[in-house]
Amino acid sequence: GWDKHSYGYHGDDGHSFCSSGTGQPYGPTFTTGDVIGCCVNLINNTCFYTKNGHSLEKLRINVNSFLFFFPQSNLYPTVGLQTPGEIVDANFGQQPFVFDIEDYMREWRAKIQSTIKRFPIGDRLGEWQAMLQNMVSSYLVHHGYCSTAAAFARVTDTTIQEEQTSIKNRQRIQKLVLAGRVGEAIEATHQLYPGLLEHNPNLLFMLKCRQFVEMVNGTDSEVRCFSARSPRSQDSYPGSPSLSPRHGSNNSHVHSTGADSPTCSNGVMSTKSKQSCSKYPALSSSSSSSSSSSPSSVNYSESNSTDSTKSQQHSSTSNQETSDSEMEMEAEHYPNGVLENSSTRIMNGTYKHEEILQTDESSMEDNCPQRQLCGGNHAATERMIQFGRELQTLSEQLCREYGKNTMHKKMLQDAFSLLAYSDPWNCPVGQQLDPIQREPVCAALNSAILESQNLPKQPPLMLALGQASECLRLMARVGLGSCSFARVDDYLH
Amino acid sequence: VSRLLYLLQQESSSTELRTECAVVLGSLAMGTENNVKSLLDCHIIPALLQGLLSPDLRFIEACLRCLRTIFISPVTPEDLLYTDATVISHLMALLSRSRYTQEYICQIFSHCCKGPDHQTILFNHGAVQNIAHLLVSTSYKVRMQALKCFSVLAFENPQVSMTLVNVVVDGELLPQIFVKMLQRDKPIEMQLTSAKCLTSMCRAGAIRTDDSCIVLKTLPCLVRMCSKERLLEERVEGAETLAYLIETDVELQRIASITDHLIVMLADYFKYPSSVSAITDIKRLDHDLKHAHELRQAAFKLYASLGANDEDIRKKIIETENMMDRIVNGLSESSIKVRLAAVRCLHSLSRSVQQLRTSFQDHAVWKPLMKVLQNAPNEILVVASSTLCNLLLEFSPSKEPILESGAIELLCSLTQSENLALRVNGIWALMNMAFQAEQKIKSDILRGLSTEQLFQLLSDSDVNVLMKTLGLLRNLLSTRPHIDHIMSTHGKQIMQAVTLILEGEHNIEVKEQTLCILANIADGTTAKELIMTNDDILQKIKYYMSHSNAKLQLAAMFCISNLIWNEEEGSQERQDKLRDMGIVDILHKLSQSSDPNLCDK
Repeated sequence: GWDKHSYGYHGDDGHSFCSSGTGQPYGPTFTTGDVIGCCVNLINNTCFYTKNGHSLEKLRINVNSFLFFFPQSNLYPTVGLQTPGEIVDANFGQQPFVFDIEDYMREWRAKIQSTIKRFPIGDRLGEWQAMLQNMVSSYLVHHGYCSTAAAFARVTDTTIQEEQTSIKNRQRIQKLVLAGRVGEAIEATHQLYPGLLEHNPNLLFMLKCRQFVEMVNGTDSEVRCFSARSPRSQDSYPGSPSLSPRHGSNNSHVHSTGADSPTCSNGVMSTKSKQSCSKYPALSSSSSSSSSSSPSSVNYSESNSTDSTKSQQHSSTSNQETSDSEMEMEAEHYPNGVLENSSTRIMNGTYKHEEILQTDESSMEDNCPQRQLCGGNHAATERMIQFGRELQTLSEQLCREYGKNTMHKKMLQDAFSLLAYSDPWNCPVGQQLDPIQREPVCAALNSAILESQNLPKQPPLMLALGQASECLRLMARVGLGSCSFARVDDYLH
Repeated sequence: VSRLLYLLQQESSSTELRTECAVVLGSLAMGTENNVKSLLDCHIIPALLQGLLSPDLRFIEACLRCLRTIFISPVTPEDLLYTDATVISHLMALLSRSRYTQEYICQIFSHCCKGPDHQTILFNHGAVQNIAHLLVSTSYKVRMQALKCFSVLAFENPQVSMTLVNVVVDGELLPQIFVKMLQRDKPIEMQLTSAKCLTSMCRAGAIRTDDSCIVLKTLPCLVRMCSKERLLEERVEGAETLAYLIETDVELQRIASITDHLIVMLADYFKYPSSVSAITDIKRLDHDLKHAHELRQAAFKLYASLGANDEDIRKKIIETENMMDRIVNGLSESSIKVRLAAVRCLHSLSRSVQQLRTSFQDHAVWKPLMKVLQNAPNEILVVASSTLCNLLLEFSPSKEPILESGAIELLCSLTQSENLALRVNGIWALMNMAFQAEQKIKSDILRGLSTEQLFQLLSDSDVNVLMKTLGLLRNLLSTRPHIDHIMSTHGKQIMQAVTLILEGEHNIEVKEQTLCILANIADGTTAKELIMTNDDILQKIKYYMSHSNAKLQLAAMFCISNLIWNEEEGSQERQDKLRDMGIVDILHKLSQSSDPNLCDK
């Protein structure tokens, strides 16, 4: 405690020393057998010592000021000894402390959290509410929950900036990616946003790599069409992730419902919602594109037989999927189609009902461990290998045009490595096959589309979240202690 | 109101209507104290209690809510709850009905449980078992009210406290549940109340004072309650509870004294109303003023407990800024509570010899103390007079001025008090005063006390009074000239008294003290004759010389030795007389005894 930036509690006189040779009367003296503790509180810049588990008075220290200016300087625990042969046991928490530090931390955690909770917003309550609504709404729009977003906008009396059609298109593409049908997704993107992928070769490469992985997986449409199974069943592949990103999640809690049971009620729901939708005729204008591509059931059942019409039909398939595997809100927002063409709609409902039975069976199959390369189909495997060659060519081409890209190399390598194993699902690189890996690809594509439309590539909510996390990291770096009790994760459920 | 009550009591009216009536009455009761008074005048309580017999839960809840509001009012006498014995058992039964009944009933109990009688009634109706499981209720309000209930039930009640330690709720012992409620992230009210429960249990001996839940949990929690960050009310309650917890245990006093600089922290209790609040904020000033007395008395109480046993702690307390001045000021405050607490604090500090000689003298503490002793209520007198005892000790420099300010008269009047503690303290102080005092003081004491009063005290039913009176006599009868002087004036009465006590049924200490008085008398030059001429006494001395108790033997030996002291005139005759009585034989026997003290002679 005598030196600059040091603090000490002396056993001989019980005085405390704060960067000075003259001490202040502080606590009792201590000697052999006593347990002395020191607690530095970086939240309010105090420190206190304990003797045998009893806290003595807290002292002000100015750790922060010099931590701020000299981030490399830190406090280090030091013990000074005078008597020869003295023995000191140091406990940094490997054993329980005599002083109830847990309880002390609980108090501070509660304090910090109540500060956050009671953050004064004064009379700007309205402003806050509008901002929060905007955040929620933009988040929904970003991830393509267009019906939910519309319902939210209706309830909160706000407007959505992006056009419904645009949201729906994005949603469709995202669904394709998340269902593992990357090829179709690429096709749809080409169609709806011409030039986008051409200007984003990196994105395209990423998508193609993913497509290859999905081919291995047997989910991509290019190989699926060879599969003996009904393609519909693949749509409701139980492992396909939901749209919204997960925060720090793992696969364990993915899709327990398998998207089956909601489908059943959907057909019923749609008829019900007819009446409620008619109350909001203004909203029905924008869904034209989706309703126009609404297929008849007959058309659909044949759709997979020929390669040439592939993309067309698959886009329609996806549309159907939109209405069945999404939440029931979805149904409300096809009022156009429903009103004009209610007979088709009802047919849809019944048609789907048959499908469900199939889906159930196939999802059972999916759960069984005997997964095979490209769905076990020989033709599909050949197609995959051919695709792989194309991919290799693309990579080389990109390399020529833009120079070497280690990221690409790694992606390609990882993807091709899958073929090296007899059971790609249980191999060191098998993680790629996990449906959860579709999410980053999906998010990248979504962001690129939004950017091309001059919309923010990230929703404000995610930005705020990122800012909060970054802010906490910064606080930690400059030694503002309260950050350790205000984890962003605590507020995400 | 009467119409509402009428409707409420009508069995024929619908339960909805009756419920609404109870709700309206409850709202009225929320008003001023006068509202509650007039409701009480209309006999609302029996009407509502009657309502509790209804089968309808909502109606019951409304009645309970109204009852709760009435009972927590300070104008409602608690006894109204206990007039009918069936009421309590019915309330206990209602505890299981809903979380609202639980909350209200617990609240009623905790407000109406004043003193050991109420505690016993509630305890006998199974309050502990019925309320214990509410401590783990999901509703915070229920938990809190149940906790409050226990804190009043257990307060200074060993029976309840001993039961509580062994109660198990949800597989956990009650003390463990209380400790959980002490956690720092719990609401302050909850921490404080559970600390009170644990304190009561500890004082009742149900939890050891070195148990970690007291030393490492309850005590630090209570110290935290004294910190500046807490509300004034919480600081008062925290300090009072802590004072109670550590009152009799030195180790706890030591720990408390080093925890969070408690002694310095308490000095802040005297800073209300602060000078800032006086100028800037009338509301704050009002608030401060209201609590200022409470804060001061709480601080004094806690200082008193802290300094009760340990000399180092006393020193630290007195070294706290302006401490002695604050006590001196406290002694002359208008509030009885503050005065009492200040005297208690002073009393605690007066046990220090060093402080008696220094700071007590510097601050002329005796002056305000003597003032307090004039016309004070008994509770203050008790503590003040025992403080005076300490100030009158022979080495205390205050002794002289206190004597000069008429202490003898005051103390003599105390010895006539109805109150036992006051009699003890009065005579005790006189005893201290007489120790190695001058002739004049001794005569003053004797005159002030009067022989009648002295005899009165010697026949007092309390051993302490008797012992101190004998002690006074013994102190009075020391140094030869004094002995002779006193014995020449009061010899006859004293000898009578001594005979009486030696013949009476008293314990050994009393007899020993009496024999010592005799020994002192025997030391006098002329006073000796009073013994030598009194065969009765001589026979008694002889008897005690062969008594089975060594102390008594020793005391009797002193008498003999004083009587036969060689260098004095007429010692030969006395020796002869005693030899005739056969004392020498006993002495021979005693000289062979194993006790070295006895072999002395």
